Amino acid sequence: MLYEQIQSNKRRTIVLLVGFLILVGMVGAAVGYMLLNSLTTGVVGALIIGAIYTVIMISNSTNVVMAMNHGREITQADQAPELWHTVEDMAMVGQLPMPRVFIIEDDSPNAFATGNNPKNAAVAATTGLIAIMDRHELEGVIGHEMSHVRNYDIRISTIALALTAAITLLTNLGSNWWFFGSGDRNRDNRDNNSSGGGLQILLFVFSITVMILAPLVAAMIQMAISRNREYLADAGSVELTRNPEELISALRKLNSAKPMQNVDPSSAALYISNPLKKKERLFDTHPPIEERIARLEKM
Amino acid sequence: MTLIIIIAVVALIAIIWISIYNSLIKYRMQTKESWSQIDVQLKRRNDLIPNLVNTVKGYADFEKTTLQAVTDARTNVNSAQGPAATMAASDQLSGALTHLFAVAEAYPDLKASANFTKLQEELTNTENKIAYSRQLFNTTTASYNTKLQSFPSNIIAGIHHFEPSEFIAVPETEKEVPTVKF
Repeated sequence: MLYEQIQSNKRRTIVLLVGFLILVGMVGAAVGYMLLNSLTTGVVGALIIGAIYTVIMISNSTNVVMAMNHGREITQADQAPELWHTVEDMAMVGQLPMPRVFIIEDDSPNAFATGNNPKNAAVAATTGLIAIMDRHELEGVIGHEMSHVRNYDIRISTIALALTAAITLLTNLGSNWWFFGSGDRNRDNRDNNSSGGGLQILLFVFSITVMILAPLVAAMIQMAISRNREYLADAGSVELTRNPEELISALRKLNSAKPMQNVDPSSAALYISNPLKKKERLFDTHPPIEERIARLEKM
Repeated sequence: MTLIIIIAVVALIAIIWISIYNSLIKYRMQTKESWSQIDVQLKRRNDLIPNLVNTVKGYADFEKTTLQAVTDARTNVNSAQGPAATMAASDQLSGALTHLFAVAEAYPDLKASANFTKLQEELTNTENKIAYSRQLFNTTTASYNTKLQSFPSNIIAGIHHFEPSEFIAVPETEKEVPTVKF
């Protein structure tokens, strides 16, 4: 069952990637049209930017994500014995290599995993998590994170993060079109007045619409992906610890915690519990904790 | 023509045979590796115990019987033969250690000592690792045994005398295995 889920995750990565590439292409076309009056230059440029972002993130995701979230790496058990030993246990029972371990200075309990594949993964926990959770609850949380590693969720979220960042960059570029792009197009419009005025208007409307909607669509894709994965990682955690109670009581504590102080919003989807604590159904990165607890209680 | 077909069929069978044989070896290797995981942790715990006993001894009125139980159980783990007996002895030692740490709650000085806190974390860590490596052992054993019994690998396993691996019984006090549904 879990193996099938891993396979379907790998397939979905490809679907996600194609969907995102189409979105990047559309944004590129829109921006290209606005700035340079050329759809193809825009598409090619956007795909190059997207590719560069993705390559940088994939090759260096752990360091980039940890820097974005102010994670400090620990390399010895002495620095945080409970956390280190728990990660060791979960890696062993999940038959995964030991990931890198990071600590984030924040009183709000939370944790996430990132990386490119199980051999190249990292787990981060806040100081609040280590302080508030007992050892069993910590096992539940770390088990959840190691399940993300085992299911290759970390790779999907890394790619999604990179492409969302690329789309944000492009739309920011495009939304400044009237400062330096509009003159060129107006002149061309006058030159080509006789041919295809209707098409021009259509392209203009298309460009505006794409640039307004693209960041929302990107966010929605990112959220939809991460929501389902949370249930799966909860189930995976129970498979490792053999004890749903640990995770249930950990989730209760996470639910009643205050938001994190200094969190990077684009990384919010990575965390075990939404670090921003905002409630927006459509853009929720996480299913409601009550729903997750209800599913765990059925096990 | 017929010769080519015969050669092709024989080659195909040989390839299938080899790949099944190799996967059996891999599965058996995994059960052995997971047993050695347990073994490493048992040794580690046995190395930590003299340290713990010495630390606790310094507190003169500490129950002698509790300490004796730990020392005896440790000796039993060392002398036990075979996985089943070793794990039974190990469970006894785990119980004795749990009792020791429970008794230690009544000694504030002892609990405040940095050395003791460190040993306690080390031993808790080792106990957890024993529990998890035991779980891992049973998982790998289950997949190896399934492989031994399922067709067609059972034929090859029979011819090459692969023996099923034995599960380690989980003590009754340990948590039940829940069914994981997705």
